[in-house]
Amino acid sequence: MKRLFCLLPALLAGALNAAEFDYALQARQIAPDVHVFVGRTEDFTPANGGNIVNTGFIVAPGGTIVIDSGSSRRYGEQMRRAIAGITPKPLALVINTHHHPDHFLGNQAFADTPIAALAATRQGISAEGNVFAENLYGLTGDWMKGTEVFAPTQTLAAGTLEVAGRRLRLMALNGHTEADLVIYDEASGVLFAGDLVFNQRAPTTPHARIDHWLAALDQLEAITREPGFKKLVPGHGEVAPDGAPIRQTRAWLEWLQRALRESAAAGLDMNEVLARPLPPEFARLPVAASEYRRSVGHLFPAAEQEALR
Amino acid sequence: MRYLSTLAVIALVTLLSPATAAPLKEVADPLDSARWADMHKMVLDGAPVVFDQRVIVTAPATAENPMQVPVTVDATALPGVQEVLVFADFNPILQILRFYPEGAPAYLGFRVKLQQSSPVRAAAKTADGIWHVGGTLVNTVGGGCTAPSANAGSKEWQQRLNEVSGRQWSEGPQLGRVRMRIVHPMDTGLVAGTPAFYLEEINFTDAAGKRLMRLQTYEPVSENPVFTLTRGTGTGSLNASGRDNNGNAFSVRIAP
Repeated sequence: MKRLFCLLPALLAGALNAAEFDYALQARQIAPDVHVFVGRTEDFTPANGGNIVNTGFIVAPGGTIVIDSGSSRRYGEQMRRAIAGITPKPLALVINTHHHPDHFLGNQAFADTPIAALAATRQGISAEGNVFAENLYGLTGDWMKGTEVFAPTQTLAAGTLEVAGRRLRLMALNGHTEADLVIYDEASGVLFAGDLVFNQRAPTTPHARIDHWLAALDQLEAITREPGFKKLVPGHGEVAPDGAPIRQTRAWLEWLQRALRESAAAGLDMNEVLARPLPPEFARLPVAASEYRRSVGHLFPAAEQEALR
Repeated sequence: MRYLSTLAVIALVTLLSPATAAPLKEVADPLDSARWADMHKMVLDGAPVVFDQRVIVTAPATAENPMQVPVTVDATALPGVQEVLVFADFNPILQILRFYPEGAPAYLGFRVKLQQSSPVRAAAKTADGIWHVGGTLVNTVGGGCTAPSANAGSKEWQQRLNEVSGRQWSEGPQLGRVRMRIVHPMDTGLVAGTPAFYLEEINFTDAAGKRLMRLQTYEPVSENPVFTLTRGTGTGSLNASGRDNNGNAFSVRIAP
C-alpha cells in the first residue's frame, strides 16, 4: 500500500512532464525564405529546457540550410518538425556556429544531413561536448533525455559558400569562443551573428577573449552598413533591423574589461570585484547579475595576473 | 520541534552569564550543518568555541567554478587573534589553510577547491584558547577536489613552478595591501595517478626581517594560489618565502 502511494505521484509527474517537454517552437519569417526560432533571454532552467538560444533556417532553391540545432535532442527533433511544417524541401546542410552546447546538442536530429562547422569548433565539440552535455543534464533535467554529442561531419572555412543554390558569406571570427562562425545570407541581407552578438541579454564569457571579440564586432558592424543588409540575428535575444545589438554587446564587453582591469590594478580581491555594483544601463539587462558573476570567475584571474606582473 | 528547542536555547542563553552560556552555543551552529559536531571534534580538537560575528568569512553564495571559489577571511574586529584555521565541512580534505597573523592584521583572501556545497568556516584562536568561529554557506556544482588541475595536461607549470608575482599598494584605498600569485598545481592527491603536490608553508617578513604572517596551506587551496593580505602600518619591501611538500622552495622580494 505504502509502495503504491509512492508510485502514484511519480507516475503523475512523469505523465505531466511528457506533455510538457514541448519547446513550442514557432518559426518566424524575418525575410523571404529566412526563418528563425527566438529563444528566451534567460539562463538554462528546468522550466525553459534550454530554449534560450536563437536558431534559424534558410529555404534555398535546392534544400534547407539549418543554422544551429539547439540545446538538446528534443529541441533538434522539434525544430526539424517545425521546419517540415514550413517547407517540404529536403535538408541540405546544418551549420553549428560555435562549440557551445545550446548551439549543437540538437545535431542528433539531423544525423542524416551533412553537419558543418569551423575546424576549431569541431575540435571543441569533440573535446568538451560531453562535459557541456552533462552540465545541461544538471541544469535542465529530463529535457535532455537521449541527448548525446553528435559532432559535425564537415569543416567550413571563411569565404563564399555555395550551397543548395544559395550564396552564403562565411566569416571565421573569434572572441566569444576560439571559433565563431558568422553567416551572411547575401540574397536576403540577413546576418546570423551567432553568440558574438547578444540583444537585451548580458553576454556569456566562459571562453571569451574580449580583445578578439571587440575586433569581431567591428567586422560585423561593417556588414550592417552594407546596402543590402536587412536583419541581424543575434545568438540570444530579439532579431534587430540594425546594428544596435552589436553596439550594446560592445558596450558591455568594454565596460567589463575596464572594470576587471581597474579592479585588478586597484588591488581588489575577487570577492570585492564580485561585490561591485553594475552600472544601471547594464544592471537592467536580463541575467546581468549572474553573467557578471560568471565573467568575474572566467576573466578576473587573467586581469589579476596582468596587474601582478 | 527544532524551532522550539532553538528557542529554548536562546532563552537559556539569555538567562545565563556569558561564561556559562559558552558551551550551549556549540549546539546552535548558525549554518545548521550536520557536520558541525564532527568539525568541532576533528578540526578543533573539541576545544572551547564560540560563534562570533567578528570573524567574517566572505564567499559567493553560489560559486560558478568549484575549482576557484574566492574566500576572504576578516577577523580584524576581534582583538588578539593568534591563529586562524579555515576549513570546509563537506570537503574530503577538511582543512584549507591556517595562518598566524603575527605582525599583520588577521585578514587573508585566497581561493579554494570545493568538492560539493559546504559551509566554509574560519576559526580564530585568541590567547585564552577559545576558537571564535565564523562562516558562510557556498553552493556549488562541485567536483573541485577530484578534478585534475587545469594545467595538469600541460608542461607549463613544470617550468614555472613556484614562480611568484606580487605587488604592494602603498597608496589609495588599498593602502598596505599585498597580493601575491604563485604558480603551483596544488594537486590534492584525490585524482587517480596524481600524487598530492601542494604548497605547505609561506612566510611573509618585512625588510627588517620581522615576520608579518606565517601561512600553512593545504591541498584544497586552488591551483596557482593568489593571496591577499594587509601588512598593517609598515612600509618598505616585503619578503615572501615558502616551500611545497616536495621541498621545492621559493623566496622573493615584493617591492612597495
